[in-house]
Amino acid sequence: MTDFERRSIISGIGQSAIGRRLNRTGIDLTIEAALEAVADAGLTLADIDGIATYPGGGGPAGPDFSGPGTPEVQDCLRLQVNWHTGGIEGPAQLAAIVNAMLAVGAGLANHVLVYRTVTEATGQGAGGRKGIGSGGDMASGIGGSMQWTIPFRAYSAANWLALNAQRHFHTYGTTREQLGMIAVNARRNAALNPKAVYRDPMSLDDYLAARMISTPFGLFDCDAPVDGSTAIIVSRADHASGLDHPAVGFEAVGTALRGRPSWDQFDDLTTMAARDAADHLWTRTDLRPADVDVAELYDGFSFLALTWLESLGFCAKGEGGPFIEGGERIALDGEIPLNTHGGQLSGGRLHGFGFVHEACLQLRGEAGERQVAGAEVAAVANGGGPIAGAMLLTKC
Amino acid sequence: MAEAPFRVPPALDETNEFFWTSGADGRLRFARCQGCGYYLHPLSPRCPRCGDSDVEPEPVSGRGVVHSFTINHQSWDGSPEPYVIAIVELDEQPGLRLTTNIIDVAPDDVAIDQEVEVAFEQRDTIFWPLFKPVAP
Repeated sequence: MTDFERRSIISGIGQSAIGRRLNRTGIDLTIEAALEAVADAGLTLADIDGIATYPGGGGPAGPDFSGPGTPEVQDCLRLQVNWHTGGIEGPAQLAAIVNAMLAVGAGLANHVLVYRTVTEATGQGAGGRKGIGSGGDMASGIGGSMQWTIPFRAYSAANWLALNAQRHFHTYGTTREQLGMIAVNARRNAALNPKAVYRDPMSLDDYLAARMISTPFGLFDCDAPVDGSTAIIVSRADHASGLDHPAVGFEAVGTALRGRPSWDQFDDLTTMAARDAADHLWTRTDLRPADVDVAELYDGFSFLALTWLESLGFCAKGEGGPFIEGGERIALDGEIPLNTHGGQLSGGRLHGFGFVHEACLQLRGEAGERQVAGAEVAAVANGGGPIAGAMLLTKC
Repeated sequence: MAEAPFRVPPALDETNEFFWTSGADGRLRFARCQGCGYYLHPLSPRCPRCGDSDVEPEPVSGRGVVHSFTINHQSWDGSPEPYVIAIVELDEQPGLRLTTNIIDVAPDDVAIDQEVEVAFEQRDTIFWPLFKPVAP
């Protein structure tokens, strides 16, 4: 029996304008991205019979984080779908894509519109980046899993992941000078990406001089909230022959979560759930890390890209610091080019799907000045802390 | 003495009230399986180790070590003072941890593996289990 990954492809990609404060609505951005992706896939809206997003409407984090829900997008485009889904639980943002793959693989849909939309920059307004509950809006009390962090003034993922990073620093001797190369590399690549939001040169000294947020994270360890939408079309594999560009295939997904799904009870703070998703990924393919040409690894915080590099086996566990030191190995001409569009640190926080979009551009040979020559296999990873998902994508 | 910082309180319900009010007698409590002695945090109705459903809050020593920490500098809640957020692992059981604050010490003097003990901060009926270094 064929692995379900072989039954679908990414037939089209689309992306809206991206900006720090576009003052456009989430649905407006989503439609822009969706129409581009549908046309890129050689389809019309009448062909789209499935829709999926992460997380979509109604989430507790609010619409600027969650983006419009599938009912809103379906209605706006008057889609007639056989299958539809959204939600925040699953292997990170990639859950929406895996769900689409499962629907196509099971025969429930032929062409699924999958999107992720954020308006966090406009939502932030003129003020600084907010923490959860820090503005007094939860004065009546917080329940659920966040009762174990927020009441201790750990308001932000910057705090939660700083705890992971500090443990890594302690256990393996990782340094700020090493970690900083994730951010410096991202900025270097962003200079070659016209849609990236931060493109001015940044040196390691600039990185080290930035104000601290939550040790060991300084300002440039944290990604940049933006407005923007990314859409992809997941189609039946036999649609590949109908495209005017290479299809992008799914070689394998990593969706496992084996440690406790908790920020502070997870067994190994230095890896968190990336370990499980990455381990699972390699059980579903004969390819090995050395076969990967580009790595688009989630960098909501710099440290997450480091843990993904280790977890996916591009270097040994604990050796991520020395591996990225100096930045040569992760540069565009290095042994594993990392976050070729600038990641979320400099490209903008498209929240996961930006990495998928960039991987597709690289595999299709459409990445312009930042194209990695001959890229045929891309690793994509999303998520941080107890939330993780990974994929290997290939040029068909 | 600095003014007590802003804190979001927990929303109490039947599963967590024992934990958040435990400090009233100065002792920290966790749910514990009465069958095999395993501590469950957060509380769940079934012991994941032995399957027993007899789970009751029990006091612990309140001592542990700093498993990791971060010095927060970002003024999320309006307070300009840096403060320490930590994950403390309790002495009673490997992996039994709390995210908390380390108090009564300069932030720069906090270290991983440092021995700490619980120090409650009370507001209304809630007792926040914070930790301070064990006196040498």
